[in-house]
Amino acid sequence: MATTVPEDGHDDYLDGNALAGPLSELFAVDVTAAISRCAHCGSTGPVAGLRVYARGPGLTARCSACSGVVLRLVRGTDTAWLDMRGAVTVAVPLAD
Amino acid sequence: MARAAVPGRLAQRLRWLEAELVERHVETASARTLLLDVPGWAGSLPGQHVDVRLTAEDGYSTQRSYSLASARDDGRLELTVQRIEDGEVSPYLTDVLAVGDLIEIRGPVGGWFVWHPTQTEPVLLIAGGSGLVPLMAMIRTRDAAGSRVPFRLLYSLREPADRLYAADLDRGSPGLDITYVHTRAAPEGSPRSAGRLTPEDLARWGWPADFEPTVYVCGPTGFVEAAAVQLLALGHAPQRIRTERFGPSGG
Repeated sequence: MATTVPEDGHDDYLDGNALAGPLSELFAVDVTAAISRCAHCGSTGPVAGLRVYARGPGLTARCSACSGVVLRLVRGTDTAWLDMRGAVTVAVPLAD
Repeated sequence: MARAAVPGRLAQRLRWLEAELVERHVETASARTLLLDVPGWAGSLPGQHVDVRLTAEDGYSTQRSYSLASARDDGRLELTVQRIEDGEVSPYLTDVLAVGDLIEIRGPVGGWFVWHPTQTEPVLLIAGGSGLVPLMAMIRTRDAAGSRVPFRLLYSLREPADRLYAADLDRGSPGLDITYVHTRAAPEGSPRSAGRLTPEDLARWGWPADFEPTVYVCGPTGFVEAAAVQLLALGHAPQRIRTERFGPSGG
């Protein structure tokens, strides 16, 4: 395992900014500035605003409105497992 | 497709880069700023962070995220690391890593908690402890750009000895207002007595909500939560409040 473990100390969760490094292994764009729509409650917001729990294996990002799981990322030795079933859409800003 | 370009970098995945420690200086009793030389470093925006990877001889590897303390474009980057006594990574970075040693860096990452020098609205920066680091990068970038965008900084810290970047903050900058919120011990003559950040602090030393400032809050999760709730109660729009949380300890 080489999962990024942000300095989360005694606090429960981080925010979606902590996904920037791990997701940069998979995507050529910065996904944290993208707007995601929660599949559970329909609310939208930047991926950076999700609540990220880093204590288990991998990273779990939950909706800040309803706490539903939006995204999960587990990094194995040679494979990254990305579960995005909690996101209906992810709108990525592109430069002109 | 030509339109596939993304702000800040070419459309390619980030790679780990070798970083050589060039200089380390003391910020406080427990914080050090590391100047690293990184061949291939393309620069960063203020507010972005990097992942640092350390690998032991037996192959064991561990990573941490650190905010960049400045947004330089000379192939070098600055990290400020707070030593956590029982941490795995931070004591190594603050005390063991020697000038000339190599670590691995991936970044810059994060495109949301950033300030672009093209922004013209007033800015309110709210720092809790070492949450000052990415906000200082914004202040330094504003300075370097000669920007006159009005900035206000509310810096919450336990006591005066915990203050990061003391020389830079004392030097100040035209159009930058700084207020210290001491939580445990305030110095003589301080305009407020010691205590946690309150809505009165935000109302008195921040910007009124109808100025429509962009607000950046960085600190431990509890601090960020409390500040965000107070800002909303004062009428600041949620989409104008950008937060970055981290733990006071951990590594």
